Amino acid sequence: MIKSLDDLRKIREEHQNKINLRQHSENGMNTIEVLVGMATCGITAGARETLNTFVEELGKQGLSNTKVVTVGCIGYCHSEPTVQINVPGKEPVLYGNVKKERVGEIIEKHIKGGQPVENLVLHMNFERT
Amino acid sequence: MAATRTNIMVCGGTGCLATESEKVMKNLELILKARGYDKEATIIKTGCFGFCEQGPIVKIEPDNVFYVKVGPKDAKDIIDEHIIKGRKVERLLYVEPTEKERIRTQHDMPFYKKQLRIALRNCGLVNPEDIEEYIALGGYEALGKSITEMTRDQVIDTIKQSGLRGRGGGGFPTGLKWEITMKQNSEVKFIICNADEGDPGAFMDRSILEGDPHSIIEGMAIGAYAIGANKGLVYIRAEYPLAIERLTIALRQARDMGLLGENIFGTDFSFDITLKYGAGAFVCGEETALINSCEGKRGEPNYKPPYPAVEGYWGHPTCVNNVETFANIAPIITHGAQWFASIGTEKSKGTKVFALAGKINNVGLVEVPMGTTLREIIFEIGGGIQGGKKFKAVQTGGPSGGVITEKELDTPIDYDSLLGIGSMMGSGGMIVMDETDNMVNIAKFYLEFTMDESCGRCTPCRVGTKRLYELLNKITSGEGTMADIDALKQLAYLVKDGSLCGLGQTAPNPVISTMKHFWDEYMAFVKDEDHPRGEGRYVAKNKIGVRT
Repeated sequence: MIKSLDDLRKIREEHQNKINLRQHSENGMNTIEVLVGMATCGITAGARETLNTFVEELGKQGLSNTKVVTVGCIGYCHSEPTVQINVPGKEPVLYGNVKKERVGEIIEKHIKGGQPVENLVLHMNFERT
Repeated sequence: MAATRTNIMVCGGTGCLATESEKVMKNLELILKARGYDKEATIIKTGCFGFCEQGPIVKIEPDNVFYVKVGPKDAKDIIDEHIIKGRKVERLLYVEPTEKERIRTQHDMPFYKKQLRIALRNCGLVNPEDIEEYIALGGYEALGKSITEMTRDQVIDTIKQSGLRGRGGGGFPTGLKWEITMKQNSEVKFIICNADEGDPGAFMDRSILEGDPHSIIEGMAIGAYAIGANKGLVYIRAEYPLAIERLTIALRQARDMGLLGENIFGTDFSFDITLKYGAGAFVCGEETALINSCEGKRGEPNYKPPYPAVEGYWGHPTCVNNVETFANIAPIITHGAQWFASIGTEKSKGTKVFALAGKINNVGLVEVPMGTTLREIIFEIGGGIQGGKKFKAVQTGGPSGGVITEKELDTPIDYDSLLGIGSMMGSGGMIVMDETDNMVNIAKFYLEFTMDESCGRCTPCRVGTKRLYELLNKITSGEGTMADIDALKQLAYLVKDGSLCGLGQTAPNPVISTMKHFWDEYMAFVKDEDHPRGEGRYVAKNKIGVRT
């Protein structure tokens, strides 16, 4: 039973996760995008586990300015699973061989700290937007 | 357990349900389960997205990808391609009719670009059968704020300053209505939600009730607090089974949470809502007829004054507001009167929901700021006329309104400007006609409707609409004379001036406005057999312009 505004706000907090995925910030400018390659090669290499670990960890840490998106193959089958991090206003960074064990490191250093995890970065030699 | 990473939003509005969205949902569920992804993606049944022409709608979040015309057989591709492999299903994306371009996301679609959603804010975004989602989006905070932090005067002042006017069509200032009801010295007062949406082609209220029933409950509770009522009624058409079902669920959930009932938010304010079903009479949308029907009497209007605010349901002061009006209340309390007043035109604030129907590409539900022009609504949001035909006229205000022609399309829409050009806002039905429609037949169609719906209480309306219809019938069958045209015109004004309630007073409007703008089409029937008259003669009941 709700007996005060605080009770209501508590319920609001508890159920926030239900609608988080559907809320897009007004201009989309401050959202960090995590793109996980989920083509056949990626899935075989463990992209699904990587993806789920991202979703779980980001949710656990309450990083609501992030959005995890599944994408298709980019042709880097040798380095799957691939993950691209788009921080607004910065060049996108592409990582290769991101097994689920490496997810914590990327969140800690790159998403929260703003510093790419150098030893995982795949250096691209083509134009990306 | 893996956390959910994707929400699959499937439209559960009446329009999409009619095109098998229920089956789509079932298939999605089965395939998701079979592939072992049911922990990672959740399927949510939402209210109406408004884009009914392209239904069933499926939206994938957080990707914000918008699929249209999804059939039960497409479920497999959505799961296998999009959910599992992250590839968009190109063939299900919306194709913009003029540019032939496939558009991925909702906010890039011209249909949504110009819209501003206040009353429809949660339609298509939440599961209407889950109060927790409504609360997670800030629901019921406006109610909490009103009754714990604001006085009744403050609530009424806020609504008054916001400039909100009745969305049922009349446009009476809502705050003023509340104030009049509040000032009545009576122990017992009532608040009634008018959900008797009867205009042909209108479905705004239904979609709000189906898509976001809690917004109505919250708006009514705030209104009840402001005027000092402890009991509310929703007068809803029995022809809206889904809206009734969702509203019933919502009421139960609100009671379980203590948001309706005794001592809401720990204060001494108590309030509850019951439903009354209407049997589908158009006149029961008129507030005094509605109250009579609620009391179990015949649905006939009374003479006003006394207004319901003074003497209404069982003789007690009663405030009757429309569904869409209530849907606007909570956002006004949350964001403030200034915010709401900053939207719209000088005398009409906020937004208005319109139901687009007729010969238009994007049949559906749109919400635009007041002051948007008809041209923007019909040609930009509505995507223009079907089949590349030429626009002829648009009827606003349902059978009570009038036709608006090409030369007035650039009028910014608000209550006063529409009256100025011989139509009215009405509840928001908008029926678009193209060059093949015959306007005399259109007028006859509406007259047939009002003739059937006249309650028979007063003579000008009961007999007048019948005679108007007979004259139109004679004219369209090619047997009319100039004397009939004169009689038609005279009688139209007589019915308008002599009728007791809004139904009769506005019933001749379609005749008056088509005579004004399309005199040549009347003349064609009377004088000139070969004159272009559009799509043949009117023969079948309830169909406009069937070719003979």
